[in-house]
Amino acid sequence: MAIINQPAVEVTGLRKAFAGKLVLDGIDLTVSAGTVFSLLGPNGAGKTTTVRILSTLIRADAGRARIAGHDLVGAPHRVRAAIGVTGQFSAVDGILTGTENVVMMADLHHLGRVEGRRRAAGLLERFDLVEAAGRPARTYSGGMRRRLDLAMTLVGDPRVIFLDEPTTGLDPRGRHAMWQIIRQLAADGVTVLLTTQYLDEADELADRIAVLDRGKLVAAGTPDELKRRVPGGHIRLRFTDERGLESAARAFGEGESSRDSDALALHVPSDGSVRSLKALLDRLDDESIEVDGLSVHTPDLDDVFFALTGHPSAPKEAVR
Amino acid sequence: MSYAVSDSATMLRRSLRHALRDPTGMLMAFAIPILLLLLFVGVLGGAIGAGITGTLGGTAYVNYLVPGVILMMVGYGSATTALAVNADKTEGIIARFRTMAIARTSVLTGHMLGAVIRTMISAALVFGFALLLGFRPAAGPLDWLAVTGVIALLALAQSWMAVAVGLSAANPAGTGNFTLVVQILPFVSSAFVPPESMPVGVRWFAQHEPFTPIIDTLRGLLLGMPIGSSGLQAVGWCVAFALVGYFWARAVFNRDPVE
Repeated sequence: MAIINQPAVEVTGLRKAFAGKLVLDGIDLTVSAGTVFSLLGPNGAGKTTTVRILSTLIRADAGRARIAGHDLVGAPHRVRAAIGVTGQFSAVDGILTGTENVVMMADLHHLGRVEGRRRAAGLLERFDLVEAAGRPARTYSGGMRRRLDLAMTLVGDPRVIFLDEPTTGLDPRGRHAMWQIIRQLAADGVTVLLTTQYLDEADELADRIAVLDRGKLVAAGTPDELKRRVPGGHIRLRFTDERGLESAARAFGEGESSRDSDALALHVPSDGSVRSLKALLDRLDDESIEVDGLSVHTPDLDDVFFALTGHPSAPKEAVR
Repeated sequence: MSYAVSDSATMLRRSLRHALRDPTGMLMAFAIPILLLLLFVGVLGGAIGAGITGTLGGTAYVNYLVPGVILMMVGYGSATTALAVNADKTEGIIARFRTMAIARTSVLTGHMLGAVIRTMISAALVFGFALLLGFRPAAGPLDWLAVTGVIALLALAQSWMAVAVGLSAANPAGTGNFTLVVQILPFVSSAFVPPESMPVGVRWFAQHEPFTPIIDTLRGLLLGMPIGSSGLQAVGWCVAFALVGYFWARAVFNRDPVE
């Protein structure tokens, strides 16, 4: 297993322009084997373009990339044999049934009839698609489609999986089911490169996150490193009257906290942890301050973007 | 490369499954040619047959008509193929195949083979139905073999063109021009009436367009008449279209897809 020491994905200086418009402006990435790496950014940041290039679908204008040890340009066929792609631009066959879709993938991986069927049945079982397996995929819900998509990707036992916005458009339940699946993949030792617009998703799943903005990487690190760089996490306290707000502001220090007088609310900076919450409640208790309501705000993608780029993450042009 | 045959077979199975589950395509492939046959024989046949009786050499109009209907049928089939390929492209399944370590253009080969098989089945149906309507071919076994070969070659040629068109078109509507051409051109050929009955300019076009030698070849073989140089011309046109379609499709497939 000497492979372990070699990065699963190694990208330097990736550039791509569409019709003269620069979409990727020199991307460098290193993804260690067996880890989950998240490319985080708003629509139009270049996430999907990156995945399309790294999955051999389109060519970069400049830059080098090695996937699972194979050069993207020199040995695309070997790269394809090592990767799996699931996401927005790749699709399931809506006319075929779930089983037929997965068996087709098994046939294309030349697994043989018996082994192919066995593996297809196993994957459909694993992704909770047994009941729907005989129905055309176009009748599936968004979550089922996404699970079928992933089952098809896993037929070939890829060492590196690209997940392009795997939960976009899913309801909360589908989203959590997908998270569970991705965690399982990571536990199995597969390298996962996932793109997402959601900070909580990257935080939840990724070992490392790179933030992409207008075709450039603006930050990279572990979720904790990133969040430490991002102010914006706070606890919001609401009061019934001016007096309560006044004494709380005094208690937490005017400089530390910020006041929203119209709403009779005070924002106290916090990382959102239970410990800091308890300290805050103890403090309020000590000072005998009555609080009408309390809510915890963790930094979201907007905070990250504002902190890192000085502009909000509002969607720009939908170049993908 | 070593898996080209196996991957193309997988893609062919997929294409045939699609065909069986597509009622509109089935209708295009089977019902419309038969409707055309009924229309021309039962409704228009009397007038057309009487009008061109001198040039038919005494044969019934249905005998004259069958090769033209076969040609129309191949056209309808290839329109379905262009739509199917376009759907694969726009829905993203082709993008998925492109990221897999499979024989590169096997998905296109699968579509082409599926189209040829669909066409041959439709052709058998049209011939069967024509027999019921009084079609009396004078072809011997070798002639029938040649007829089968010409239809298969024509289907191959039009299918590769259809695959290229479907792959190039940005959306289903983009395949419309191709569909129009393959469905209108037969009317301005020897398919339904002899070119000799047409006005001079149109006649020149009808005599020189690719479909006319193909129809004349089929007609000659079926009715036991000499085909002259039509046979060679027919094969030439088909091979040319097949090559153009194949290389065009391959070039588009190997180009980076744009969204």
